[in-house]
Amino acid sequence: MPPGITFGDFYNILPELVLTAGSLVVLIADVLLPRRSGGWLAWITLIVIGATLASLVPFRETRVEVANGLIAVDQFALFFKVVFLGAAALTVLMSVRYLEIEGASPGEYYFLILCATLGMMIMAGGIDLITIFIGLETMAVSFYILAGFIKPNQRSNEAAVKYFLLGAFSLGILLYGMSLMYGLSGTTNLRVMAMTFAGQESDPRLILAVMLVAAGVGFKIAAVPFHMWAPDVYEGAPTPITAFLSVGSTAASFAMLLRIFLEGLPSMKPEWRVLFEGLAIVTMTVGNLAALTQSNLKRMLAYSSIAHAGYVLIGVVAGTPRGVAAMLIYVLVYAFMQLGAFIVIVLMRRQDIVGDELKDFSGLHVRHPFAAFAMLMFMLSLGGIPPTAGFMGKFWLFGAAIDAGYVWLAVIGVLNSAISLYYYIRIVVFMYVKKETAGSEPTMSPALGIALAVAVIATIALGVYPRLLFELAEASARTLGAAAITTAIR
Amino acid sequence: MLRLIPVLPFLGFLVNASFGRRISRRAAGAVASAVMLASLVVALVAAGNLVGLPNPGRALVEPAFSWISSGDFSVNATLRLDPLSAVMILVVTGIGSLIHIYSTAYMDKETDSEYARYFSYLNLFAAFMLVLVLGSNFLVMFVGWEGVGLCSYLLVGFWYQKESASDAGKKAFIVNRIGDFGFLLGVLLAYVRFSTLDFQDLARSASALSPETSFGTLSLITLLLFVGAAGKSAQIPLHVWLPDAMEGPTPVSALIHAATMVTAGVYLIGRNAVLFSHAPITLTIVAAIGVATALLAATIGLVQNDIKRVLAYSTVSQLGYMFLAMGVGAYAAGIFHLYTHAFFKALLFLGSGAVIHALGGEQDLRRMGGLRRELPIAYSTFLVGAMAIAGVPGLAGFFSKDEVLFQTYAGGHTLLWIVGLVTSLLTAIYMFRLVFLAFHGARGEEPGAAHHPSHLHDAPPAMALALIVLALGSIVAGYAGLPRALGGSNRFERFLEPSFIVSQETRRAAGLQGDLEEAETATASLEVGLMAVSTLVAAGGIGLAFFFFLRNPRAADDMVNRFAGLHRVLANKYYVDEIYDVTVVQPIRIVSEDGLWRGIDVRAIDGTVNMVGETVVGSSEILRRLQAGSVRVSAASLFLGVVLILGYYLWR
Repeated sequence: MPPGITFGDFYNILPELVLTAGSLVVLIADVLLPRRSGGWLAWITLIVIGATLASLVPFRETRVEVANGLIAVDQFALFFKVVFLGAAALTVLMSVRYLEIEGASPGEYYFLILCATLGMMIMAGGIDLITIFIGLETMAVSFYILAGFIKPNQRSNEAAVKYFLLGAFSLGILLYGMSLMYGLSGTTNLRVMAMTFAGQESDPRLILAVMLVAAGVGFKIAAVPFHMWAPDVYEGAPTPITAFLSVGSTAASFAMLLRIFLEGLPSMKPEWRVLFEGLAIVTMTVGNLAALTQSNLKRMLAYSSIAHAGYVLIGVVAGTPRGVAAMLIYVLVYAFMQLGAFIVIVLMRRQDIVGDELKDFSGLHVRHPFAAFAMLMFMLSLGGIPPTAGFMGKFWLFGAAIDAGYVWLAVIGVLNSAISLYYYIRIVVFMYVKKETAGSEPTMSPALGIALAVAVIATIALGVYPRLLFELAEASARTLGAAAITTAIR
Repeated sequence: MLRLIPVLPFLGFLVNASFGRRISRRAAGAVASAVMLASLVVALVAAGNLVGLPNPGRALVEPAFSWISSGDFSVNATLRLDPLSAVMILVVTGIGSLIHIYSTAYMDKETDSEYARYFSYLNLFAAFMLVLVLGSNFLVMFVGWEGVGLCSYLLVGFWYQKESASDAGKKAFIVNRIGDFGFLLGVLLAYVRFSTLDFQDLARSASALSPETSFGTLSLITLLLFVGAAGKSAQIPLHVWLPDAMEGPTPVSALIHAATMVTAGVYLIGRNAVLFSHAPITLTIVAAIGVATALLAATIGLVQNDIKRVLAYSTVSQLGYMFLAMGVGAYAAGIFHLYTHAFFKALLFLGSGAVIHALGGEQDLRRMGGLRRELPIAYSTFLVGAMAIAGVPGLAGFFSKDEVLFQTYAGGHTLLWIVGLVTSLLTAIYMFRLVFLAFHGARGEEPGAAHHPSHLHDAPPAMALALIVLALGSIVAGYAGLPRALGGSNRFERFLEPSFIVSQETRRAAGLQGDLEEAETATASLEVGLMAVSTLVAAGGIGLAFFFFLRNPRAADDMVNRFAGLHRVLANKYYVDEIYDVTVVQPIRIVSEDGLWRGIDVRAIDGTVNMVGETVVGSSEILRRLQAGSVRVSAASLFLGVVLILGYYLWR
């Protein structure tokens, strides 16, 4: 065993270990189980996710650094891990029917979803550049493959290749920034780095590092102008993967962003604040304006998710515990409403119809009242209408901005939400007002039904009774950075 | 108990939305109407309890639950009944019940599931409207504010077979986005300034300030709120959506686009009367926009040929009166007019609905005429409504409109008063033009009239009931606010005053009239004089309409020919739609389609994939396209982003 690493460390990363072992079980089960048993595989995957969630329970109160400061186990990471696992579970639920319709054999599909989740969990816990990088790549490589999983579909292939090429390019930028950080501090541990950097705020090399890392992370969260990949990849990738990408990958990247900037570069706050302020404004505005003209729902949701990344960036700009708490809330709330919208799109998918064009939703309320109602809730929530969860998320983000003295940022956020309502409600109008299109009965399966019900209930419940979530998020946000224990000072 | 008032219609919505297809249409209509009536009963009881409380400061407060709380900041989902919201809930549940009952007969040609869907939306609308007026803070109000908007879109587009119906929805949509911009920003700024969203707390904080004589934060907050109000209540320049919204079923026009939702903007100002009183600059703007809207909409109403469009412009015009009242600080008078207007405008819409129903969907005035013999109930009730809105003495509209005009005059706004008076002349003309063209004269003057079935049916019982009750209301409703000058005690306004409580010093400092009572007793003779003027104006208007549209229709044609240019301008509604198209719609389209679409959304696949077909698998094809563009463009944009950031740091 390497020096400084103990068995206790392994205990502390129990959830990651459970997930790793579980993903191997899924991989082996795929070989052992007879062909065409995708359903079984999905349920095994869900059990693995459940087991991982259960293994998080002992760590509710834990706040330690593991393995000489490679990973932190704290409530901040815990919060994100729950979001990732929840998103993964919903993704699996919506994948069963989707893969059947596409005629794709599940193969390593579920295994890769678990791998991506593992990567996200490591990203959220990582307080060392190396750990973060490993987590990031575990996640990214899984997504490259998943995006191109529907092999006969050219768009899917194209999405994968594109995502891979651009991902590699952006990773280069990110790594360049990280190497500068390492070179300037002599350490890869973010918390040690923060102490080293104190007082060096005006070092141009450090500023360069901040910018490059920000650009690399900006790619991952699809912030404008690093967003170009998102619409094409979102549209081309299999719908459940698009959903998981837009929720899980974005959330993990925000966790990484907060770790790097709030834990590793707190002294550079004046520098990156301005940067993220600009990014937030441009990202919100461009995302919403571009979404206005889309007639393909996946593409529209891609731009809308760009816009939402812009909203979340407001929390980074605020940079206060309240801002971080608002980000946590938003990431969770967003997971339910965004995944929910994608579940409805999967419902619409049929052999003959892709189901992601706006016109496919014409008169949906006649064909499938529940799906239409669910979609209505998701759209209202994405648009930020009370009393849905999305309103609460925005309310807190904008509130945090005002609190931190960024009234203008909140104003721009409000204006953007008002614009965004236009394209969200347009879908509602199609569903409830337009004439129904013949012969496209949405398909429901038990798994999809469960997923949809969970997403709808969460979207409404978190809007009507948000208190518990607030308290959890505030407590979790407080464990980031400030009061962190640094065991290893090298 | 208060929560029952919105919850009952909401339950009706749930029942019809979930089981609407399985229960009979009779049951669907009965459920929807029953929950509204139940809600009305609860509202009456609640209002009764309220009156029983000691004045001033009477209010029933019912915290539903603690919604948001964190540290020093908390928002409760609280309902609050004070005199202002009491008036509003009675209007919404009272008029709403009648319109639900009316609808059971009006919508009888719909299929069963459509019928249930219609009623579920109507119930949902009522629920949201009640939340809007009962909410004790901006957040709860916002729930209702957006909810009624949503229901309005759904109901306007209800007859989706009509292409124009879904287009109308779109227009309402965009205009309301602009209004919501204002509303949300106003709320946000109010929060930034006062750290609270509760109406009571806001009023208390604002009371401590002195009115802003120059444009300051309060002026900005109130102005933004007014933008929101103008969007909802169709005031210039955001009035364009309301006439188009007439594509919806007629009872919807009556409920949403005449009696309730469109008055939400007036209510918003009334609810924040204290804030507005401290921003005299905004008040001036409100009054000016209000009176301008009243005048312009009335002139447009003169020349429209669609019966519902005339009524729509009339609604816009009457809303202008309400805003005029708000703008001169006569909040109670504005709400009084809102309340009487709800009766007679709902009556007029439902009456026109009875005509349209009888004629199988015909809405063109030129193809009507002489209907008074065949449709006696529709005619007589419609006539009452027309007299009420025209300001015939003794009917509801007379008292409320006169109160608005009197307060305007007494407040020293002579110019506004004159414009208001001219508008009331126009009101009498366009309304009686409608009466004479539709119900008097002879049918068949225009081609197409022959289509009418020879035997017309008058309003069926459910519709007749609603018409008669509303007609009675249009006669007696005004007596609730019988002014002192006529021996009454203006009880309505006195009941409302506590909701707008503003200190005398503030009123004077803001240039508003002092105490109402004082003003009234001092000027009783003035008020009677003004009433006489109004009466003459109403009589003159009716007389002119009689001359031009019944006695001597050729004279009307002559006028049209002589003032052909003016007529064209009016018929085209001052070309506002066209102006918007050129100055706003086209530029946005160009930017978002040509600019954004090509600049930001570089989509490599577009036509190519469709042409090649998705079944073609070939790595060469992928490679070709990757080389051809989008990846390089994306990578370039990524790189450009880095360069831009770098440039910023080097340059600053």
